[in-house]
Amino acid sequence: MSVQPVIRVQRADFDIAREIEIATSGRPEIGAVVTFSGLCRDDGGTLAALELEHYPGMAERAIGDIAREALQRWPLNAVTVIHRVGRIAPGENIVLVLAASPHRQAAFDGAAFLMDFLKSKAPFWKKLIAADGSDGGWVDAKESDDKALQRWSASEGIKR
Amino acid sequence: MKLVYFAWVRERIGLSEEEVALPASVSSVRDLLLWLKTRGETYEHALQYPEVIRVAIDQEHAEHGDLIGDAREIALFPPMTGG
Repeated sequence: MSVQPVIRVQRADFDIAREIEIATSGRPEIGAVVTFSGLCRDDGGTLAALELEHYPGMAERAIGDIAREALQRWPLNAVTVIHRVGRIAPGENIVLVLAASPHRQAAFDGAAFLMDFLKSKAPFWKKLIAADGSDGGWVDAKESDDKALQRWSASEGIKR
Repeated sequence: MKLVYFAWVRERIGLSEEEVALPASVSSVRDLLLWLKTRGETYEHALQYPEVIRVAIDQEHAEHGDLIGDAREIALFPPMTGG
């Protein structure tokens, strides 16, 4: 049976322990679970919050494409991607990526792959809200994020 | 055809979406960007550097050389910064 990735774009927070439980319950063949969570970071007390915007429909679709590519490349038993949108304060969760497999390497690699592609190929944008409440402008895309994709260069299924 | 805008493209144009009738001369994504740029100051500001604008046709990533064909919805947005 093919693995159906769990993909959610939501305003609400997520519970990592709960997501691990959902991904692994009734699947005794899973021997490894890797979760990555991305948090809103404040460099030096200048940030009140991030405002996360997304393209409804395409965001879920783009994450689905990335998840299916990961499922083709590694023997994964479960994939979960949850991306929050709206206002997110420093210290709060932004994104969760979970990959589960019989052995650890596929879970590590699958999670890293998902995260690298999510950064550059899923339609989300971050705006900074400064500590004084003013508009701090949009976060610029990093060249290093595009470079991070190159290590997975054998991926044919994902459009550049 | 429906055009949708996100992040600073949306802010600079001052619209989140609009319906447009494309002139017959617009066949590629690049043509569309150059045509939009001529529609007024806000578009000129948003599309000052068209090469940085990312485009999706019917919710799939597209290249600037791609043909628009019978697309229903084209999205313009800056490089993505999720995750």
